[in-house]
Amino acid sequence: MKDISEDIKWAKINKDVLRSMESPRMGYWVSVAVCLFMLAFAVGAEIYQYNVGMGPANLNVPHMWDLYIATFIFWIGMSHSGTLLSAILHIIGADWRKPIYRFAEAMTTFTLMTAGLFPIIHIGRLWNMYWVLPYFSDRGIWPNFRSPLVWDAFAISTYLTSSALFLFVGMIPDLAICRDNARGWRKKLYTMLSLGWRGDDRQWRHFRKTYMIMACFLIPLAVSVHSIVSSDFAVSIMPGWHVTTFPPYFVAGALYSGCAAIITLFILLRYYFRFEEYMTLSIMEKVCKLTFAIAMVWTYLNIIEFSSVWYGHDAVAKELLLSKFYGPYAPYFWAMIFFGSVLPFTLCFRSLRRNLKAMMVISIGLNIGMWLERWMIVTPTLSLSYHPFSFDVMWPSWVQWFIVFGSFGWFGLLFLVFVKVFPSVSMYEVKEMILHRRHLANKGIAEVMHRRSSDKQPDSGTPGLEGA
Amino acid sequence: MKKYHILGLFSNFDEAFATISDIRHYKIPGISVDDVELISPIEHPEIEEVLGVRGSHVPKFTLAGALFGGIGGFMFVSTAQSNFAVQPQGGKAVVPIPSNLVLSYEMMILAAVLFTLTAFIVSARLLRKRKPLYSENVSLDQVGIELEVEEKFIEPIKELFKKHQVVEIRDEVMK
Repeated sequence: MKDISEDIKWAKINKDVLRSMESPRMGYWVSVAVCLFMLAFAVGAEIYQYNVGMGPANLNVPHMWDLYIATFIFWIGMSHSGTLLSAILHIIGADWRKPIYRFAEAMTTFTLMTAGLFPIIHIGRLWNMYWVLPYFSDRGIWPNFRSPLVWDAFAISTYLTSSALFLFVGMIPDLAICRDNARGWRKKLYTMLSLGWRGDDRQWRHFRKTYMIMACFLIPLAVSVHSIVSSDFAVSIMPGWHVTTFPPYFVAGALYSGCAAIITLFILLRYYFRFEEYMTLSIMEKVCKLTFAIAMVWTYLNIIEFSSVWYGHDAVAKELLLSKFYGPYAPYFWAMIFFGSVLPFTLCFRSLRRNLKAMMVISIGLNIGMWLERWMIVTPTLSLSYHPFSFDVMWPSWVQWFIVFGSFGWFGLLFLVFVKVFPSVSMYEVKEMILHRRHLANKGIAEVMHRRSSDKQPDSGTPGLEGA
Repeated sequence: MKKYHILGLFSNFDEAFATISDIRHYKIPGISVDDVELISPIEHPEIEEVLGVRGSHVPKFTLAGALFGGIGGFMFVSTAQSNFAVQPQGGKAVVPIPSNLVLSYEMMILAAVLFTLTAFIVSARLLRKRKPLYSENVSLDQVGIELEVEEKFIEPIKELFKKHQVVEIRDEVMK
């Protein structure tokens, strides 16, 4: 099964992708309405919380952190998908990423924008949010630079800036295509954003270098971001959090949820924009296999974490672990294990990997598991810490649930606006992919491509590159 | 003497490459491959086989950015922390090296990325007015070869283009 057909004409690629920015199916508009509806819940809850204070959120000692922080980690984690698909697969030359990396990169940027809202919501005093940003302490704020929370501010702002620039740079040649085919306000927008791109060999040469360098920087950056987020927990002395495997555990979980989200968006975009020729089942299978591999890494790291606690003989940490197994949060913990470690085995079956409806349900299930994982990291530890007087099981209030629910609407809205204004499939990279596949399929073409005037001229029957 | 821009549009890479190959082998005396610019809808590294290897200075800027970000980041954070000297320290370092290394690492990457982007914009000559001979077909499915030549070379170049089944030829006097 081919990743993409070699017979697709280049002009058709332009036409199909540009069409997707003009006339999506009715389902697109329904999705926009659903996202706005979800967002309205969050806005309403946030306005209420802003007016009344943090009390209605039910955040109090010992439960100072809850769904806001768990969901913050969830969104940060999901952002790693873009880095994985775009940067890592770009460096290793896996060209099947080409039709799908653009929306994965966009997902990275928008998940970071969503994640960034949660610390602001969590601190309650929104007007003081800039205190977490690094600047000279002339006003006597004295930020604690030893705290991973300050590291978070550095790391996430760097990651957001870099991933947004990575998305933008990779899109410049496509923006030039849009510029050449647009009218009205779109023409002005694309003319400005394409920076005068014309596709000469000088531009492509520097573009290639720049894109590769940015990809190389994004990989350690992505790892550092989620390691630092894990340090919010791991550098504390709280039971269940003070675990040395937390950084790789967080990174694996991040890649896992990102891949699962890519499957979900892959199916939606394929359906809404009729991208069946580009987002093929063969590529879907590869993403599923990658997701399964990462799911197994995540499962292994879970086992390592549990066994470290079990054999570590820290009585409180052990009690916490047992409480996760059969305490008040046990149903959610076992749901996490089911969705995170058992459900991925469905990805082993070819018939399921090729069934888009089944994969839609499975991918959402995997992300439910990943969200539960973050909740099970944050909350059980706070309910059962070192001090018996602080033992308390707490359930999030409706305010927290509404804001978490609405954050999915916010992300969805950003993403839907993006795919309407910008090309969600990389046109120039798909053209390259097709050209290279043709090379592999027909060595005669390769010979023609690289002939010199001094070389022996090919026979007249040699296939050309018509349509390329 | 007047100089001209001349642009030939080809329907595929093989004819465009063959044209450049002919220029490279001095089929037209006075025109060298250094005068040639290939305009294509995709990134095509193999072009270096006919155009010759043309380097990029972008990595040097990246290195400069990484050094600037790493060292400058450390200095930036340390300077901010030096304000803490007026506070009771409780035995803790005013400038904590381990945490500053984490922060410097992030700032190193940020500065390297920003320098790389700036170098790309400058090196690729973006944000400039495009040359008038640009064809929108290049962003679709055609490959262009552009040269800056003196008037006497216009006809030989056109002949060469026609020999390689050029689709369209445009020329314009340089201002």
